Amino acid sequence: MNVALIAIVSAGALGLVLGVVIGLVAKAFYVEVDERVEGVEERLPGANCGGCGFAGCADFAKAVVDERATPGECPVAAPEDVSNIADYLGIVAEEKEKKVAVVRCAGDCANTVRSLYNGVRDCRSAVLVAGGAKGCDYGCLGFGSCADACPFGAIEIRDGLAVVHPELCVGCENCVAACPKDLIIMVPAAADVHVYCNSSEKGAAKRKVCKTACIACRKCVKASGEEDHMLVDGFLIRTNYENPPPPELVEASACPTTALRQATKHAAGAYEGALK
Amino acid sequence: MSDKPRKFKGGVHPKDSKALTESKPIQDAPLLDSYKVIMHQNIGAPPELVVKKGDKVKKGDLLAKAGGFVSVPLHAPTSGTIKAIDKCPGPTGIAVPAIEITADGEDEWGSPFDPIADWKSADPSELKQRVWDAGIVGMGGAGFPAHVKLSPPEGKTIDTLILNGAECEPYLTADHRIMLEHAEDVVCGAAIIARILGLETAVIGVEENKPDAIAQLKEIAGKYKVTVQPLPVNYPQGAEKQLIYAITGREVPIGKLPMDVHCVVQNVASAVAIVEAVVRGRPSIDRVTTVTGKPVVNPGNWRFRTGTPIEKALELAGGVNAQPAKLLLGGPMMGIAQSSLGVTVMKNTSGILLIAADEVSLYTSEPCIRCGRCVEVCPMGILPATISQAVENKRFDWAEELNVMACIECGSCSYICPSHRPLNQHFKRGKIEIQAQLRKKK
Repeated sequence: MNVALIAIVSAGALGLVLGVVIGLVAKAFYVEVDERVEGVEERLPGANCGGCGFAGCADFAKAVVDERATPGECPVAAPEDVSNIADYLGIVAEEKEKKVAVVRCAGDCANTVRSLYNGVRDCRSAVLVAGGAKGCDYGCLGFGSCADACPFGAIEIRDGLAVVHPELCVGCENCVAACPKDLIIMVPAAADVHVYCNSSEKGAAKRKVCKTACIACRKCVKASGEEDHMLVDGFLIRTNYENPPPPELVEASACPTTALRQATKHAAGAYEGALK
Repeated sequence: MSDKPRKFKGGVHPKDSKALTESKPIQDAPLLDSYKVIMHQNIGAPPELVVKKGDKVKKGDLLAKAGGFVSVPLHAPTSGTIKAIDKCPGPTGIAVPAIEITADGEDEWGSPFDPIADWKSADPSELKQRVWDAGIVGMGGAGFPAHVKLSPPEGKTIDTLILNGAECEPYLTADHRIMLEHAEDVVCGAAIIARILGLETAVIGVEENKPDAIAQLKEIAGKYKVTVQPLPVNYPQGAEKQLIYAITGREVPIGKLPMDVHCVVQNVASAVAIVEAVVRGRPSIDRVTTVTGKPVVNPGNWRFRTGTPIEKALELAGGVNAQPAKLLLGGPMMGIAQSSLGVTVMKNTSGILLIAADEVSLYTSEPCIRCGRCVEVCPMGILPATISQAVENKRFDWAEELNVMACIECGSCSYICPSHRPLNQHFKRGKIEIQAQLRKKK
């Protein structure tokens, strides 16, 4: 009986002393936390994609509160998210244009010349062997380094070609650096018409290796009439994203190689088998 | 130095297939109508163009001047007109800038340099400048500017000059033929390089599978105080660090250069080019290349001018009698696969190799079974199996910790791997990614 009493009393006393010490220490070493950081983080999409250049959403939220970054720098956040954060912090949100990725190549296995390649199934490794075993030096290798880098599953590898699903793309730009051929660019989400070719070779050379190459026939340039929707860049036509063409231009220009495509239709596979 | 060379750790014994061409004397390739000289043929900075479209040049005239210290000038392979400065398929599969020359058929020499007949009493710095001016690079395959190796920085002393005649790469016999047919030049070149470095002697290392070349060199070597060291047959005996170990017993630490262990290594073909430049006043505009492989009708060794398309080289060798499956520049172990016949011979193109379809096995890469054979054969003593996993999982920091940067890309691990894992390709990727990260940090 006595023994139990001693144990209870001594343990209780010890607990009391330690409790007081912990309480004092917590008071003495208290770190001021800006609760706005948590508030901003709650309002961010929470994808932790690193597209902003910071180590995840928490780090970005801290940077926003410390005014080292603006809410608009989060590539994933929708405009309403951004204004929401700005309202919360009492700052003015800048206008943010949503961007999506485009893989500027339409050369899938059916349309391009390829040599047999039996090495590592990764674009950045494959490019070390004869430039990637594709007839075209500029084209998509299709081993999916970009798809691996995409945290949102917006890139699909279809018949040896990376295809972006614009509705899934949030514009984090992780894929841009993954492509060894520098094929991926970020474009305004409002633009739907793109030239799916990035080869600066002459038309005949391109046609030899790829059926869907842009041969710079300028039909699309003519179809846009007075408007400079399309820009001529040597042996390649590029979309003018300052003045993006309307979707009707694709039909109007009747691109003979289907290099001019609508991103949404391209993602849906509308151009597969379009060339005989 | 002992008579018995040391055996470096690891290595493999691939079938050497040298019999196809080792008895074929070097032939001069006939003059072509046009040449496409690739601009950037050396490791280091690309040279700077000094000619323009429409210019007339004589053979040996300057086309581009060195673009820095680690860079070499480029010279015209024949006399003619500059037709274009255009792009040409490069050896890595990416189009590269090249100078296209239409030959006028005269093949007339310009007056590039005065011969230095009395090199034995010439100033070493004058000789070194000549090596640079002549645009000589390591002709064994790497293409590293020769004059840079001959310029050890302040405080680094050189006591051993090694000439690399190992030619351990299967199929290739260009260096073998050079040592047989131009033994005097090889030995004389060694003596010139020794003079530049302020040395009295030099060693020529030759693998024992070339007894005729060893005998030939030994006959002349004494005249120039040069010794010939037979080496055991073991791939990669011709790799710089392995060669230094075999001959001197010194190990080059990871991340260090041969000059850190007081050695300089030059290829035998480079030595001959140095003799051409110094004694005959001729820049580096041609090289001996082995055209070989089972599908080649008439394999052999030719002296091609730089800028000769591979297609023409193969035509010269009689074309093919079977469908080739693979075209390599260099040998089967370290050669680079090509996607175009339009690639042209460069100063470091040691071989043009065709592999027939029935010689190629299409393996599927299987998981590593941890057998450790790659570790056993790795001449650099690193862990290929573990490093390949690090690279596969994009753990480049880990790969760096495991010393992937020490890999010499000899391919012994890929050769021996029973699971047919593309180990060498992983290391190339890892090295590139790590270098890119280092550049970013700067």
